[in-house]
Amino acid sequence: MGTEIFYFLIFPGLLFSGIVGGFLSWFDRKITARVQFRKGPPLLQPLYDFIKLLSKETLIPKNGSKLTFLAAPVMALFGAVISAVFILLPLFGIKTGFVGDLIVIIYLLNIPSLSYMIGALASGNPLAAVGASREMKLILSYEVPFLLVLISIIMKSDMSIKLSEIIAFQAANGAFIGSLSGIIGFIVALMCIQAKLGLVPFDMAEGEGEICDGITIELSGTTYALVNLAKYIMLLVLPALVVGLFFAGMNFEGINILWSILKVVLVVLLVTLVRNTNPRVRIDQAMRFFWIWMNLLAIISIVLAIFGL
Amino acid sequence: MGFKEKCFKKSLWVFHLSAGSCNNCDIEILDCLTPRYDIERFGMKLVGSVRHADVLLVTGIVTRKTFPRVKEVYDQAPKPVVVIAIGTCPCTGGIFKDSYNFAGPLDKVIPVDAYIPGCPPKPEAMLAGIMKLLNKK
Repeated sequence: MGTEIFYFLIFPGLLFSGIVGGFLSWFDRKITARVQFRKGPPLLQPLYDFIKLLSKETLIPKNGSKLTFLAAPVMALFGAVISAVFILLPLFGIKTGFVGDLIVIIYLLNIPSLSYMIGALASGNPLAAVGASREMKLILSYEVPFLLVLISIIMKSDMSIKLSEIIAFQAANGAFIGSLSGIIGFIVALMCIQAKLGLVPFDMAEGEGEICDGITIELSGTTYALVNLAKYIMLLVLPALVVGLFFAGMNFEGINILWSILKVVLVVLLVTLVRNTNPRVRIDQAMRFFWIWMNLLAIISIVLAIFGL
Repeated sequence: MGFKEKCFKKSLWVFHLSAGSCNNCDIEILDCLTPRYDIERFGMKLVGSVRHADVLLVTGIVTRKTFPRVKEVYDQAPKPVVVIAIGTCPCTGGIFKDSYNFAGPLDKVIPVDAYIPGCPPKPEAMLAGIMKLLNKK
């Protein structure tokens, strides 16, 4: 019991993934600033933001459902931390009873987005409702290509749906990114995590120009701090999952530590560069993009995986 | 100075509230966000929702029409919140002080922490004003 609580709260759960996710969020903002020839925020900026939000007043909308509104950010944080634990444990090679069942991970990764939606709908704000409906459509768009990419991964790794076995297979036979179907699958997975993280060009659920921050419009103080923490954690978890699926996971022996960290930072860098070089698309354009083009690429990846390429 | 206050000063999220301005001060506020001035290095960022705001940047004279709205937006912001009057109009009323539609300078409506006069004030003046306010407290 004690070790499970340690896994959940300290490593690799809340504390570790929160700190590393905050660092990655600073990295994302710093790279954005450098791309735009700015200086960018200081290193401790995510910590300052988080503490400041915690120390501010929490307002509860008059027309909303109070309990659901306050519970949704906590649920989002729980979902993010549990998916962090279940993805990072097999990735770090820590032997527990859980071996990283991909189906569990798919469900857990959806909890934060669902919680944002529930919280937004419970706030009773029309703009938040618009944001929630966009988030729902976005989930419907990116889930199918994401599942197809996972099918291609499973086919490549001898029909294994366990993250630890997929990583072990790659360690024995070379990373999947080295094959043609792996490269195509990586492109699709990168777009899917971009949409899962809610970053430009798929940030229409919180488009600040049109619907004033959309799903997060009514969140203030502690609730917004928890949502931000969940977002920091997801910024670590999703690139870590991609590293596990395509880059042969992580290895903590000698100089390999540096290489393992660089792999996660590289995926975050790619996400940041995509976010900085694209404008926000409309929701119908995003759905068309995922349902037609990304599904097509994912199916090509599956076909290539069947032929062993 | 406690750690909480330090965090507050290091991470000011500004919300832009136009109470009936001619749009000139608004454009100068947007100038502060450009790479040339880069307010993000002080941890500031422009937010879209008043629920996230730490600073209300009010531009323009408060007209009879916007008078109740300015009050309501101030009530909607989570406290502690800093109010800064940008431009001559919210500070004193400027050339509109005798207008039939003028509902009084901003400090008659909501408590104001800093006044940055100018028509419009330069981005440097705005940054200097906010920095002076932060260093004073």
